[in-house]
Amino acid sequence: MTDIFAALRKKNLVYLLVVITFIWSIAPLPAVSQTPEETGLQIATQARESQRGFGKLTATQTMILRNKQGQESKRQLRIKVLEVANDGDKVLFVFDEPRDVKGTAFLTHGHKQEADDQWLYLPALKRVKRISSSNRSGSFVGSEFAYEDMTPQEVEKFTYKYLRDEPCGELNCTVIEAFPTDKKSGYRRQLIWHDKEAFRVWKIHYFDRKDAHLKTLILDDYNQHLGQYWRANSLMMENHRSGKSTTMIWSNYQFDADIDENEFTKTGLKRVH
Amino acid sequence: MIRQWVCQTVAPTITFVLLFAFCVASFASDEFAFDFSGKISLENRWFSQPGIYPNQARKANGFVIEPEFYIEHETGWSFSLSPFFRYDHSDSNRSHADLRDAYFLNYGQGEASEWEIRLGIDRVFWGVAETINLVDIVNQSDVLEDPLGKTKLGQSMAYFTLSGDWGIAEFAVLPHHRQRKYPGPKGRLRSQLIVDTSKSTYESKSKQRHIDYAFRYSQTIGVADVGISYFDGTSKEPSLRPVVNNDGSAVLVPHYEQIRQTGLETQIALAEILFKLEAIRRENAVNLRFKEDDYSAFVVGGEYTFYSAFGTDADITLLAERIKDSRGINATNSLQNEIFLATRVSLNDVQGTQLTASTISDREYESKTLNFEFKRRLSSEWNFELEATHILEADPNDPHQYPIRNDDFVDLRLIYHF
Repeated sequence: MTDIFAALRKKNLVYLLVVITFIWSIAPLPAVSQTPEETGLQIATQARESQRGFGKLTATQTMILRNKQGQESKRQLRIKVLEVANDGDKVLFVFDEPRDVKGTAFLTHGHKQEADDQWLYLPALKRVKRISSSNRSGSFVGSEFAYEDMTPQEVEKFTYKYLRDEPCGELNCTVIEAFPTDKKSGYRRQLIWHDKEAFRVWKIHYFDRKDAHLKTLILDDYNQHLGQYWRANSLMMENHRSGKSTTMIWSNYQFDADIDENEFTKTGLKRVH
Repeated sequence: MIRQWVCQTVAPTITFVLLFAFCVASFASDEFAFDFSGKISLENRWFSQPGIYPNQARKANGFVIEPEFYIEHETGWSFSLSPFFRYDHSDSNRSHADLRDAYFLNYGQGEASEWEIRLGIDRVFWGVAETINLVDIVNQSDVLEDPLGKTKLGQSMAYFTLSGDWGIAEFAVLPHHRQRKYPGPKGRLRSQLIVDTSKSTYESKSKQRHIDYAFRYSQTIGVADVGISYFDGTSKEPSLRPVVNNDGSAVLVPHYEQIRQTGLETQIALAEILFKLEAIRRENAVNLRFKEDDYSAFVVGGEYTFYSAFGTDADITLLAERIKDSRGINATNSLQNEIFLATRVSLNDVQGTQLTASTISDREYESKTLNFEFKRRLSSEWNFELEATHILEADPNDPHQYPIRNDDFVDLRLIYHF
């Protein structure tokens, strides 16, 4: 304690201020002093932040599932998203197709640190069933998207490493590595291409637990909403192991949509139509 | 029988549909959203052995039609209509119709809570377990559709829900009691004596018009969903007394007591494990010996899922449940002291293929049943289902299983969704 008081003596305090001011003045040139881990985290944080602040969002999602032989089948769902301050988003999926699961709804309360809370509404039984959120790597409705690919990736659930800069089409991209901290994740790591202009994601390579290149996601047809939020209308996920692929088409984007918080509760889940 | 069908269900349904069509026609504007969907199911059920009782059929072929109408106003209120029709070629009692849903719904936001009201005919599900939902007491079971009572008949009610951070409170007022329906003489999966529902009696002087109440409070606490419930009113499960008719034939006559039931339900999600518990205390009900017998019962168990098992896309779920009723051999329910074990394989493929194999074995009697289910999507509209039940053992002393000892069956369903 006496050391601290000593440091606070007037003479030392002036010296301390000079040092702090000096460090402050060189801080705007971080690229020199940042580790690849810090740069990676910074890119991921900026990318996530550029997606936040919309409050409420509704959209329609169509998935075309293609097997090795090229046979197609279709999934159609409605999506509602509610941003929660200082926590993960609340996401509601409602199925329209295939017809046998019409009206089935899937509610996620995302969390930044702990596991997400998830409930399933089965309209035939009028039953709300709590489901385990440890099924991270399982296929979402038979598609090449896993459950963990369907909700926004919270920065807190990964560690990052910046690798390099690289041209991507007409843009310049950064390539970062993301390592999931969740042991239930099906991935060992992801390679993510963000453009430098607006931190849009253009490509993700997914590596399985054995570090084999499992899937590639290509994002395309970006549109800007409310003059601020960039969203890809087309996402194509290709599974290199099975030869299957899924194209996800987003439409009817409505930012700042007229939706109630109480649609994201267990009671609201039973009202889904 | 057919006339009763037409008067009680088909006619009101047609009225509602016309009313709905009128609403659609007259309110067709941006203020309203409409939806019409449903399914038609073709069913073939074969019994591998002839029935024990005379005239019992070898087949139960037929179809089910379940349309759904929905209208929603931009202010939030909505009206849902879901009639149900079953045609069984062999058993005229199993040919039945029901109004599953015909209710108005409205909801809104209060200061610290959200409210919801449902007025009309609705189905309410309470409970967490797989085999039997002891706490689920608002609706009458449709035992013609599911002998274990998971399928419900529509029930007229006023249903209020108030929810907030403090939990969910639900309150139901039930002004009209629905009687249980039973198979006819040609039907299978029935008792030796036919149940004559036209002779039903009630403990209450108001009979079917006794006003019943049900209440539930539930809350999510971390990984646990907990609920407590209370019911005061007419039992859904009648006592069945043998009566000899003037012509010397014997039938069973249902009698509905006034009961009170307190329930507890819990579900805890721990990673791959889901723990489930339902427990009840029921007062004033009579047991199998027609003695008043206050009792407790519980079902406890859980499920464990191996996600992406063996490096494939498939999930394998193991389920186990233990059911116990304090009345023992005097229990009126067939599930009174059983162990349920099951394995469910979900392939997570495009067709949503699912296989379930289960056994229910009685600890009181030497009775054991094996069940197998297979479900697969054929296209966006068509689904295929196969269900087979095999009675491995039926104890001659078991009053629930012995009468249906020959009723092993295979059920094929082809379902079209529209």
